Amino acid sequence: MSFVSVLEKYQSIDIESVIDASDAHSVLRHLNKNSLNIDDFATLISPAALPYLEQIAQKSHDITRRYFGNTIHLFTPMYLSNYCNNRCLYCGFNHDTNIKRYQMSLDEVENEAKMIASTGLKHILILTGDAPNKASRSYLQSCCDVLKKYFSHISIEIYALDTQGYEDLIQSGVDGLTIYQETYNITLYQKLHPSGPKQNYLFRLDAPQRGAQAGMRSVTIGTLLGLDSWRKDIFFTALHASWLENEYPETEISIALPRIRPYYGCYQPEHPVSDQDMVQMIIAIRNFLPRCSITISTRERESFRNNILKLGVTKMSAGSTTAVGGHSLDNSLHNQFEISDKRSVDQMATYLEQNNIQPLYKDWERF
Amino acid sequence: MQDDIFEIGGKKLGSRLFIGTGKYASDSMIPDVCNSTGAGVITVALRRVDFNAITDNVMQHIPSHMQLMPNTSGARTSDEAIRIARLARATGCGNWIKIEVITDNKYLLPDGYQTAIATEVLTREGFAVFPYINPDLYVARDLVNAGAVAIMPLGAPIGTNRGLRTEEMIHILIDEIDLPIIVDAGIGKPSQACQAMEAGADACLVNTAIATSENPVLMGKAFAEAVRAGRHAFLAKARGTSKWASASSPLTGFIRNHEGQS
Repeated sequence: MSFVSVLEKYQSIDIESVIDASDAHSVLRHLNKNSLNIDDFATLISPAALPYLEQIAQKSHDITRRYFGNTIHLFTPMYLSNYCNNRCLYCGFNHDTNIKRYQMSLDEVENEAKMIASTGLKHILILTGDAPNKASRSYLQSCCDVLKKYFSHISIEIYALDTQGYEDLIQSGVDGLTIYQETYNITLYQKLHPSGPKQNYLFRLDAPQRGAQAGMRSVTIGTLLGLDSWRKDIFFTALHASWLENEYPETEISIALPRIRPYYGCYQPEHPVSDQDMVQMIIAIRNFLPRCSITISTRERESFRNNILKLGVTKMSAGSTTAVGGHSLDNSLHNQFEISDKRSVDQMATYLEQNNIQPLYKDWERF
Repeated sequence: MQDDIFEIGGKKLGSRLFIGTGKYASDSMIPDVCNSTGAGVITVALRRVDFNAITDNVMQHIPSHMQLMPNTSGARTSDEAIRIARLARATGCGNWIKIEVITDNKYLLPDGYQTAIATEVLTREGFAVFPYINPDLYVARDLVNAGAVAIMPLGAPIGTNRGLRTEEMIHILIDEIDLPIIVDAGIGKPSQACQAMEAGADACLVNTAIATSENPVLMGKAFAEAVRAGRHAFLAKARGTSKWASASSPLTGFIRNHEGQS
């Protein structure tokens, strides 16, 4: 069974109208339940829930503290390669973009790893563009052999693979998969991905499932917030996460919430997402999926990240760069997107400690 | 009550409260919590320990007098649990090991079958094994046969603070299993720990309720006192409850005055 069969049930439903039709009475009723279903979640992300954000946030904080404690898990991305065969309209690594293309050698990967490891981080997220002819499976496996010496937890955010591909990388030391559907709106998806392997909506939709089947310890999903109405995309993200939790209970399911920030010269979001919208989705997800990890990246502003620490977020990137070899190479390669929160790992950890939150550098070991 | 020493795994313990190291806002609170609880045993998730850390390391904060009980949190199979236990011993954490094998991330309920396999293997290797389980009599019997030194049934799912939801099943283990019963997980309030001890549990392990309270040091003290109170009540053999009143002028009182009755 694939998640697509769940999505098909919603094909004839205008989910945004259903969400918007929620009333205040149902918000309060759902808030008092111990266990929420997807209809309850729809209510919590509705406009009718806006007057109750504080109550929902209090409950979200309480649930987060019980399951995750007073901690935030820190990690950082490492860009290995920016070669890409896709033409995603919103992406800085789009095949047609005139940027310098580069892929790190294994020596460069080792230098980059040393630089990152010197910050104390033990969790690395490695990224590539969608160019298996360059960042091949064997290249990734060789990179993992290097990275294993420095990190106890390696996650990938690369092009979608088949199950065997994920199994091979697990054998090489990978234990986490991050893969974003970008939008669940198939019509919009086709428009945003006019060519390249990522055009295949269904192959990407099933990638989290294949990762779980292959034995990934953690699978992170999400949409690129701002491409479509956030309420629609978050509804289907939560539905997908819930389905994965039920089908693959041994896998830790996480949701990441990357938001397109409207920078000059960059892709402008068709559906801008406000800070209030972000808060509403974070606390609604926490109430619906109490055990689900929630990740916020350095795309977000420092002040916003500081303010949402106690709302339900459990993982944060820090000391990030979105350029290939951004930690160690001295040439200035193009960033995939702009970082807003430019704090170092040390500065981030200090801020957390000052606010009675323990920064977690390590959460798993390849025993 | 000074003679009420809890002997387990070759150790004599003055406190029947076991504590944890997870979820604290800062690991630097741990020594003060050890002090306020008077606990002698502390569990630590090996997956979070970085023995080569250049940053702060939880192990640096555990007072040397504490008995370490490393746990296999994060293990999804008996093999992973066994590997974590071996690493714990190889890195100098001793031979106590709390087995946690959890294959369901949604409810974090332990897998009894995988736990029993790991217990059997590790006991043969000389570990003092403390398996964390659902309070299931059959699994508990398997663990006795596998050589566990205690059984650690959950009161409610980890982190829920929902109290002794499995109370009746825990009573069965207390009655039927000839090993110490240490209630672990789900205890949210000192009164619930007291309740478990009154019922005859040998000890309680409490982490979330202490670590995530506004004042972990004070909450630790409250739990220590509750565990002690419950233990005293158990030893004092509190009278059972009854659905019926006990009349001060009983209807059958005349029998005592009847010829031949005392």
